[in-house]
Amino acid sequence: MRYIEQQTVVKRMNSRLIINKIFQSIFLLATLLALLALVILLYRIVSQGVGHLSLEFLMNFASRFPEKAGIKAALIGSLWLMMVVAPTSIILGVGSAIYLEEYAKQNRITSFIRMNISNLAGVPSVVFGLLGLTIFVRAMALGNSVLAAGFTMSLLILPVIVVAAQEAIRSVPGEMRDASYGMGATKWQTIIKIILPAALPGILTGSILALSRAIGETAPLIVIGVPVIIQFLPAGVMDTFTALPMQIYDWSSRPQQEFQTVAAAGIMVLMAVLLIMNSIAVIIRNKFDKRY
Amino acid sequence: MRPSVQEMIARSQSKKNKKMTEKLIPILLFLIASVSVLTSIGIVLTLIVETITFFTRVPFFEFIFGTTWLPFSNKDAQFGILPLIVGTLKVTFIAIVVAVPIGIAAAIYLSEYASENIRRVLKPILEVLAGVPTIVYGFFALTFVTPMLQLIFPAIKIFNAISPGIVVGIMIIPMIASLSEDALSSVPKSIREGALAMGSTKFEVAWKITVPAALSGIIASVVLAVSRAIGETMIVSLAAGSTPRLDGDFTGSIQTMTAYIVQVSKGDAGFGTTIYYSIYAVGFTLFVFTMVMNILASYVSKRFREEY
Repeated sequence: MRYIEQQTVVKRMNSRLIINKIFQSIFLLATLLALLALVILLYRIVSQGVGHLSLEFLMNFASRFPEKAGIKAALIGSLWLMMVVAPTSIILGVGSAIYLEEYAKQNRITSFIRMNISNLAGVPSVVFGLLGLTIFVRAMALGNSVLAAGFTMSLLILPVIVVAAQEAIRSVPGEMRDASYGMGATKWQTIIKIILPAALPGILTGSILALSRAIGETAPLIVIGVPVIIQFLPAGVMDTFTALPMQIYDWSSRPQQEFQTVAAAGIMVLMAVLLIMNSIAVIIRNKFDKRY
Repeated sequence: MRPSVQEMIARSQSKKNKKMTEKLIPILLFLIASVSVLTSIGIVLTLIVETITFFTRVPFFEFIFGTTWLPFSNKDAQFGILPLIVGTLKVTFIAIVVAVPIGIAAAIYLSEYASENIRRVLKPILEVLAGVPTIVYGFFALTFVTPMLQLIFPAIKIFNAISPGIVVGIMIIPMIASLSEDALSSVPKSIREGALAMGSTKFEVAWKITVPAALSGIIASVVLAVSRAIGETMIVSLAAGSTPRLDGDFTGSIQTMTAYIVQVSKGDAGFGTTIYYSIYAVGFTLFVFTMVMNILASYVSKRFREEY
């Protein structure tokens, strides 16, 4: 008696191989479909917006005439926003990560903080807007200022930075730590002079990616009440401002066809900012990757 | 004479302020780490307090079971949240129909078929999709996907549930693909190689071995994507319209929970009006929905994980 019926195997072999091939193509097609969506999206925006993109567009304030509408206030406003978000979120994020990785004991409080951070990452951004509206805009009376929006955005991207910084700190080899202790350094000296410099590339990469999320985020700004039409630049963090995505939202939602090209041009500016930030992150990652 | 090393160490150790630093820093860092906890407490308290105020004006059951959402009417404003929930679910449903097959197929391709080089090119490009701001997707839905759909199905209105649904789906593809790929890749190589050595084709390995083994991770990724789709704001604000409705129509203007919050925030709903408090009640409902999904996802991935 034979264990394998060779006839059956031979008969089925072809169809099995064909099924394999068919599904391989389907899976590849699905992957390419997702990439195709990206290509169409980028092509559409560039082809619509490139005509309106000019130096004038960057230098003009918003206008109700599409041909005069510019993005100056929004671009500068987004930079102001980043000037608040970057230090706030990085100090809070890296501080939390150092605490969790270096100081926290394995107890209920620590695991509660960890669980809390991962839950916070799943809260919709519009809900963060409601938090900002109540706490920063109203309770702390910051109004729709750069500071209120910046604090809200910082809390929104905090979980991302904490997780990235934790991973960066964790990847610093234990021997470096031991060597530092062996030389008589205290814990804080070890952290500030050995671990943080070694983890810096990872922390920077994660932080830049998180900041690029903050720069494109719209919903919290709308809920906070950030205005759109602004004819002046903020002079300080307590001034009101507008930001790139707000401006794009306003242009997109106008019924006139002409404003769609203005919106597309605005999106190109936003995407260019994101591209620059992401390139910096990639350069940092490649330059400092695998040092150990 | 220069001090010896021992003396220097002794001197520096005797410095009081250094010891103070070593003691103070952990406390300071603990305070920083608790900001995230305070944020969560802040979110929950904010939502609950303002929602309670809302419920002093609108009865709880009318909010939960009411079938009409008519907040801007001066005479008889009605706050029944069901139409907003139905709107949210319509968009989420379409997004999932689009994203789940494509996302999982891409994950299988990347983890089972693609060579290391192809994967190294494709994965970052997929991640670019995840990094595109949602406002850009919203613009895309409104100015490209909707006109395209109208060409094929003239019955579709400018504002509808299908176009934003498709675009939300595109947005969450990278999330499903990347998380599912992680789950598939964590299935040990030995199991895969065992099946291949027995004469299985790659498809049979994927379908009968790795996908079942990674099922908990794949399901968790889908649940997380549902949560993202429910909370998505800008795409639906731009492309889905602002007509709360309870029927099963996908082709006309609808309104989601998130879009309602944006609509009110954009206008001038004075502080203290019922409309003002209603955005917190809607926000709270949205928060509950996404939290349930997130908890479900972590439960699924923990409870049903196959350990090797």
